[in-house]
Amino acid sequence: MTESSLAAGTQRTFSATPWRERAEEALLPPFVALLVALVCGDLLILSYGQSPANVYRLLLEGTWGNAYGFGQVLYKATTLAFTGLAVSFGLRAGLFNIGGESQLAAGGFAAALIGLALPIGTPLILALPICIVLAGAAGGVVGAVPGYLKTRFGAHEVIVTIMLNFIVLALLNWFIAGHLHVPETLHTPEIHAGFLPRLADLDADFHGSAANLALIVAIVAAGAVWFYLFRARGGYELRAVGLQPDAAEYGGISVGRVWMRAMTWSGVIAGIGGINYVLGYKHYYEDGFASGAGFLGIAVALVGRNHPFGVLIAAFFFATLSQGGLAIHAFVPKQMMDVLQGVVILAVAMAVPEVRSILRSARRRSDA
Amino acid sequence: MNPISFITQMIRIAVPYLFAASGGVVAERAGIVSLTLEGFMLTGAFAAVVGTNYTGNPWIGVLAGMIGGLIFGAIHAIASIRYRADQVVVGVAINLLAIGVTRFFLKLFFASSSNSPRVAGFGGNIKAAGFDNPLLWLGLLSAPVVAFVIYKTPFGLRVRAAGEHPDAAESVGVSVNRVRYVAVAISGVLAALGGVYLALDQHQFTDQMTAGRGFIAISAVIFGRWDPVRAAFACLLFAAAETFQIQLQGNHAIPSQFVEMIPYVLTIVALAGVVGRAVPPAALGKVEA
Repeated sequence: MTESSLAAGTQRTFSATPWRERAEEALLPPFVALLVALVCGDLLILSYGQSPANVYRLLLEGTWGNAYGFGQVLYKATTLAFTGLAVSFGLRAGLFNIGGESQLAAGGFAAALIGLALPIGTPLILALPICIVLAGAAGGVVGAVPGYLKTRFGAHEVIVTIMLNFIVLALLNWFIAGHLHVPETLHTPEIHAGFLPRLADLDADFHGSAANLALIVAIVAAGAVWFYLFRARGGYELRAVGLQPDAAEYGGISVGRVWMRAMTWSGVIAGIGGINYVLGYKHYYEDGFASGAGFLGIAVALVGRNHPFGVLIAAFFFATLSQGGLAIHAFVPKQMMDVLQGVVILAVAMAVPEVRSILRSARRRSDA
Repeated sequence: MNPISFITQMIRIAVPYLFAASGGVVAERAGIVSLTLEGFMLTGAFAAVVGTNYTGNPWIGVLAGMIGGLIFGAIHAIASIRYRADQVVVGVAINLLAIGVTRFFLKLFFASSSNSPRVAGFGGNIKAAGFDNPLLWLGLLSAPVVAFVIYKTPFGLRVRAAGEHPDAAESVGVSVNRVRYVAVAISGVLAALGGVYLALDQHQFTDQMTAGRGFIAISAVIFGRWDPVRAAFACLLFAAAETFQIQLQGNHAIPSQFVEMIPYVLTIVALAGVVGRAVPPAALGKVEA
């Protein structure tokens, strides 16, 4: 690719691409992936000798069709929204944060420690901000390490975040197993303060589901990320670095500083996600609670096309898959949903460059 | 601590790492990111148990495991090369897919969500301490063989060219994409053999039985700076640390969690360049349009 065509290409994606073209490029891949997943789902259901229509109907009834199922979907979507926002925030700066798993766990651990340290009866209005700040700080520290190593030594953040997952989770396991667990379990004692009200407290229909106030925190977080990325100067710098680090550096932006900031805040967002389980659901930190949510955050960011509101929708979609697995378990094993999650990610990853090149060559033809 | 039992146990622990790291070196030297090793291993382990279970012959299991690795390797290669998908995302997807597929078919074939029935394996003579297992010897051979292929054969030269200077390779008539397809296929089969060894050694498949071994293998590749022999020594080093921890059990001088961290900490140290920078192949992760 020559210099001039590179510059033209950048201009095209950054500002000159009309809104409709960008929307097509952003929305088509998830739809393609959904179709592929439906076909794969049919095959898996048929391999079990069941009727796909029947199973899909059960899936919808068990998730969106009743208040309990819907509440569980919202609960699962909350954690995924945080990890998805975290991944997409990093990706906007061109960085791949695969450390959501350990940042989420660190945040949850910090929230539990604060909940234990606060005196019984601390009002939520006081306890919640303290927990959010410290959970975010814990995740932020874990996120800052790969940011620093990338800025200072050029160490690739993908490998560093993967390695840090293992290191941080082993450390937390050592803390819990060795120092802070309730005998015979791998969780901390119950926290004293910071219990988040549940959706069931507002509407008794949701009784038994774990959806809680953290959902609102997630939506606020998505709004804040949107504002930062698209309305604040720092977010503009961050996106510029994500698109063309060399050009951004030439334009006077300190790329290293932006990388550092992006990874740290990405960790902060994932860390705050820890409150959903710890303050909203179990009221303690349990070893392994974050298992899988960090990796699914990558899927959520990808399907949500790295847009904060897209991430919310994608989190809802993946939470539906996960809860739907339980709804159909009597007919088809819930493990089917694990397969479909992988299929969706793979299909989106393959469809993104493909859709872009097909659309662009079609447009070039129609322009000519 | 008995030195003989230490070394034999270390080698048995190292074999899955050796297979997977050898595979990882081939794919990464060709320029394709190998975050998929974990998924290849898991698929290989499961396919081996299915094959052995239905035929009673562990060699059929080995073949099934290799085919499983080949299929997942093909998915990885097609997504990364034909569709130019982001290779990190493909890695995450393949690993999740492997967990999902093995769980689903574990349920379908064996009606269990945790483990398969017991299957036949190799060797089993107590006195041989696992050294009567031909796969163990294959694992030990994998690194020198890969080293020979990478450094001494025309194909190896093409692999290295594809990973360092794909344009130059293309300009002298090498089909970089074809080289990369073959390299990823080799990495799928080799990593799957690591899983096959693991499953047949334990005589069953258990859910997520590879337990991060594919990532330890990636650590070894990086710590060994993408050289098959140095990566193999990294595998032995990591296995030695694990053996040390197992044989010291009951002695709480060092918590086991800290021993588990060793490969990962060393990898980060290597990447940060404290003792000589680990520099990846120049074209790693890049597929031209």
